[in-house]
Amino acid sequence: MPECDAVIVGTGPAGATAADVLTSAGWSVVMLEKGRNHLLALDPPYGPLGHVSNDEIKFFQRYFLGPDPFLEPRTYRRDEADGDRLFAGEVNNLPSTVGGGGFHADGKLPRLRAVDFRARSELGPIDDADIVDWPVDYDEMEPYYAEAERLVGVAGLAGANPFAEWRSGPYPMPPGADMFGAVLTTQAAERLGYNPYPAPTGVNSIPYDGRPACNNCGFCGHYGCPIDAKGDPVAPLRNALRTGRCEIRPESIAERILVDGAGRTARGVRYLDIDGNAHEVSARVVVVAGGAWETPRLLLRSEIANSSGLVGRHLMYHFQTFLVGSFPFRLHGHRGRSVTHLHDDHMIVDDDVRSFARDYGLPYFRSGIVEHGGGSGPIMEAMFTPPGVRHTREMLDSKMRDRMWAFTIQGEDLPQVTNRIDLDPNVRDVHGFPAGRATYDVHRHEVVASRYYAPKLDAIMREAGAEWTFAATSPPLEGDRASTRAASRSRHIMGTCRMGDDPRTSVFDGWQRAHDVENLVCTDSSVFPTSTGYGPTLTIVALAIRACRELAGLPPLRSTRIA
Amino acid sequence: MSGFLTAAERAVVAAAVDILIPPLDEHPGGSALGVADYIDNLLGAFTVEPPFIFAGGPFSGRRGGEASFAEFMPLSPHEEIAWRTRIEGSLGRPEREFNGPVRGWQQIYREGIAALGADFTEVPADEQAARLRAARELRTVMYVHACEGAYGAPEYGGNRDLLGWHVIGFPGDSQPRGYTDEEVSGRA
Repeated sequence: MPECDAVIVGTGPAGATAADVLTSAGWSVVMLEKGRNHLLALDPPYGPLGHVSNDEIKFFQRYFLGPDPFLEPRTYRRDEADGDRLFAGEVNNLPSTVGGGGFHADGKLPRLRAVDFRARSELGPIDDADIVDWPVDYDEMEPYYAEAERLVGVAGLAGANPFAEWRSGPYPMPPGADMFGAVLTTQAAERLGYNPYPAPTGVNSIPYDGRPACNNCGFCGHYGCPIDAKGDPVAPLRNALRTGRCEIRPESIAERILVDGAGRTARGVRYLDIDGNAHEVSARVVVVAGGAWETPRLLLRSEIANSSGLVGRHLMYHFQTFLVGSFPFRLHGHRGRSVTHLHDDHMIVDDDVRSFARDYGLPYFRSGIVEHGGGSGPIMEAMFTPPGVRHTREMLDSKMRDRMWAFTIQGEDLPQVTNRIDLDPNVRDVHGFPAGRATYDVHRHEVVASRYYAPKLDAIMREAGAEWTFAATSPPLEGDRASTRAASRSRHIMGTCRMGDDPRTSVFDGWQRAHDVENLVCTDSSVFPTSTGYGPTLTIVALAIRACRELAGLPPLRSTRIA
Repeated sequence: MSGFLTAAERAVVAAAVDILIPPLDEHPGGSALGVADYIDNLLGAFTVEPPFIFAGGPFSGRRGGEASFAEFMPLSPHEEIAWRTRIEGSLGRPEREFNGPVRGWQQIYREGIAALGADFTEVPADEQAARLRAARELRTVMYVHACEGAYGAPEYGGNRDLLGWHVIGFPGDSQPRGYTDEEVSGRA
């Protein structure tokens, strides 16, 4: 008799949603989380713990949400020619804590568009990339998106984005307050013919689901919420706990997935507690939800589900282009939700894009959403400022913080089979497990898209009143290649166990079940076949609802178009 | 306050942080902001329990609510390994050397301060700056700590009288008051 119906590895948006759906269907679940719990009490009424604060030292300088790169180093190289690694340390770290990446995100939760699910069919292939259609389309996903928005609590304005797909209903909440800098840049963008809109945001604008409205404290992106106004993933975890059928075990480090002799059936997970003692939790189903870095690392360590050889392959980030402007007056970007507006214009393929692309041997390119945001903290500003008299003068002026506004494009990153997560041959974590290693270089698609769009962002920023601007990218580039000095800082990590119908070309099927292991399910962004130009979290949640309803035998959700 | 540095070492750190963050106009500079206190608290973090690593939450009391930042949080066993290693160095202990030996900040400061010279606090500022430039390892580590100490929450020992925030126009932590919609969207 297994200890529970499902053991879920990871408590971020992917695992939390799985726990919510499965417990609502009567399943018992055990959640293993390698990090500490700072999110919510594990006893009724599951309220906030009071660990979260407006503290830049704790959240930016001291790895409060984990992972600490000393305890859990990750390594990076661009390709085999770089040797075993270029460096070890912090690489694409997402919080390792109860709540995972949802804990620190500022909760921008856009849906994908129909074309994103059908890029291969509608836009076509690109050399040296494995662009494929998803095994699901927008019309099927719509009710799951709607349910995800209700579950997390998304504030937004239906109809404000002309590129958005049809919706079965309005957002659960209206948008929150526009940041002053975004008022300037959205008006400028409109004057230049673009279509900015209030960012769909998983932060309460009014009291919702028993949690208060956001009070605009300004410590949003990379911080947790001290007043419980962010819904992701507090809402699904609290729902799951309230059923009495969910147990969360923090500081429990999954060592390997246990399978039967033939490797076709998972029977549970072996894990270490905080003192290093090994335990096993047996279950009818194993759900992996550790994110697109840790999930392939766990599968590779477990030596399962990899008959395709694709576990860890097709690692994708978002290629970020930053266009920063400095204004002659203060913008108080430290007030509000870090980012309050987006525009989608830079992922629309038109004749100009095709013409520019052809000059670089590409049929087309797409970039991504542009976030209109501001406000680093003063410690970050200070560290970017050189020491000496310049330090004091520039800090008094605050050109890099209080007079600064930034566009960030979350640019589509094409899937390349050579980009991957695997196990570093030498570097270990504190538990003795091999560190995860990213082997990653950019495709020229991302570089060309960035070169095309950076000047357009520059024009918007100057139209808004910026006195001077500069552009940067993540990863930084050396010519047309990724830098040897720094890995991508993107926290959007996708694609490392892609889903699809063919077991030879995918790891999980269209219901996110492993082709090789019948009762192994993945609900995180590892399954994404392409990265698109949108933040992944709402799609993670919507897919997890869909996969886990099917798993638990609940009927599929349906929706109808409204005019 | 416990700390790690001797009185003479603290005096050197105080002089050095005024080279990195010098006083100018209404900005008091690193030393007057208490950066030496901040650094000594960090180097001596484990002389108190819980250690001076993670301040408490959710509120400082400066914008309403009950003050709780000063109640530092206990570390997990692994966090203690990480922070002791960073501060004390790995000292040959196997649980700290799973990827090889690590030089700690205590060593970097002690040796770096010695290299600056016993007369460091007495030589002219341009000579101090030149010696500090030569002490690259110390300077790199100290600059990060100086930025944290000058502009971080005062519960960690720096940002004296909140002047680090005040002079740059940063209001600091804002919970539980937050900001009104008008304060977010308006020009003022």
